[in-house]
Amino acid sequence: MSKKVTSQNKVPGNLLVVLQEAQTRLGCLSPEFMVELADSLDVPVNDVYEIATFYSFLSVKPLGRNVIRICKSLPCYLKNGQTIIDAVEKEIGIKPGETTTDDRFSFELTNCIGLCDRAPAMLINNDVHVDLTPRKISQILKKYK
Amino acid sequence: MPQAKIVLRNCGVIDAKRISTFLERDGFKALEKARREMTPEEVINEVKVSELRGRGGAGFPCGIKWEGARNSPGDSKYVICNADEGEVGTFKDRYILENDPFTLVEGLTIAGCAIGASQGYIYLRAEYHYLLDLLKDAIKQAKESGFLGGFDIDVYEGAGAYVCGEESALMESIEGKRGESRYRPPFPTVAGLWQKPTTINNVETLMNIPQIVLNGGGWYSQMGTERSKGTKVFSVSGDVTRPGVYELVLGSPLRELVEELALARDVKLMQIGGATGRILPYDMMDTPLAFEHILGAGAVTVFDESRDVIDIVRRTMEFLAEESCGKCTPCRQGTEAMAEIMERFCWGEGAKRDIKVLENLAETMMLSSLCGLGQAAPFAVVDTLKYFRGDYERRIRGN
Repeated sequence: MSKKVTSQNKVPGNLLVVLQEAQTRLGCLSPEFMVELADSLDVPVNDVYEIATFYSFLSVKPLGRNVIRICKSLPCYLKNGQTIIDAVEKEIGIKPGETTTDDRFSFELTNCIGLCDRAPAMLINNDVHVDLTPRKISQILKKYK
Repeated sequence: MPQAKIVLRNCGVIDAKRISTFLERDGFKALEKARREMTPEEVINEVKVSELRGRGGAGFPCGIKWEGARNSPGDSKYVICNADEGEVGTFKDRYILENDPFTLVEGLTIAGCAIGASQGYIYLRAEYHYLLDLLKDAIKQAKESGFLGGFDIDVYEGAGAYVCGEESALMESIEGKRGESRYRPPFPTVAGLWQKPTTINNVETLMNIPQIVLNGGGWYSQMGTERSKGTKVFSVSGDVTRPGVYELVLGSPLRELVEELALARDVKLMQIGGATGRILPYDMMDTPLAFEHILGAGAVTVFDESRDVIDIVRRTMEFLAEESCGKCTPCRQGTEAMAEIMERFCWGEGAKRDIKVLENLAETMMLSSLCGLGQAAPFAVVDTLKYFRGDYERRIRGN
């Protein structure tokens, strides 16, 4: 406990911000990266790992170049969100939680993204896609290389 | 009761990218009034007189919160705007940020003046990253036009965690840590961000402030019910013809929102306040929307006759089990156990004793969870056991 308090006092700046920047730059917070960061800050690696694994927009495993996040919460579910999930699965041939072998897409399900008035909805990277139908999916995915 | 526009008065009227259009609508007049003609105590007093209560769901009186932070000793104080609306079915803050970021900047700056803070933060959820530039640009324009004076506003982005909408978890997150709720006391007004006196207000709460300062707290408190003054912005979604954002005077009946404005038909039940909200059956459609009845952060998800109650509750519990921060046992374990039991009911594999187990778990979680998430997590189960008990009994194995 005392070690943790000391280490927190030593952290220059903000660990979450450092991790967010690294996520954007590197696409993933690899074990090697986390160990190196912890060493450079002189904190236990767990101080880094516990943050990296808490937030859903941080990932400790490699992600594809584009991350698809389809909303699975009730308002989207009521508007046939499952058909969108099925359509994406069919289009890119992977299931939620997986990444395509060519690293083009990672596919995740997410909780409410606040687009319930335009459900079903998804985010690809930071782009919003709303009022989805299964037929729109292949056209939308084509834009992401 | 009529719709009224206080919070949304500029939405769809101004250009969210151009401060000049905001200034044409009395923009920053309230801030100038607060700075030049009023003492901080007078500003706080108007907010107290208005009886404005927090719009993020908990409904704490805003003026009392501000007074607490003002009176706490300390050289550095902070004001935070909570723009981490993650409650299922809530999108009003997104709509506000998209359409009128300037009023939010003005409201937050007034809050800073009132409590004696020179630094403000807006915590924006990661899912709203596409609004970041618009928000930062609004702050920049306000600053360059000289309206912020010595007050600084920084935007912190979340990284995807529902619990960070809870105020103490949010502050942990701004400090760069896991978003875990804190034990209280001490309350944020005494020891908040970096242990300094802090006020934290929802986007919509702060949107009310400029109009209260301009028109007086007495003007504001004429609207609404005895314990719920002013208006509330609602997010309506689900089985309705016109989903969207509506602002109504508090005390308006749920029916007006759901049937008259959003045009719902054949309603079976409504979930009000998202995953941690309450569930009401159709025959309670005339319940007034107010803190003393039912409100939350104003998310109203409508389910029609074709929907399965048990499935709705199961999905709600799965959400909460995923999003529990894990710090306290009743919430971490209780949400998991409830999700597991609900899944069995879904398959028609419930056991008779499960209903009693759910009731016991609910009581424990409500009494002993650390923060609002765990305390409110059992509501969907509790309410459906009350209004739709037959739906559970039919899913007991052998029935």
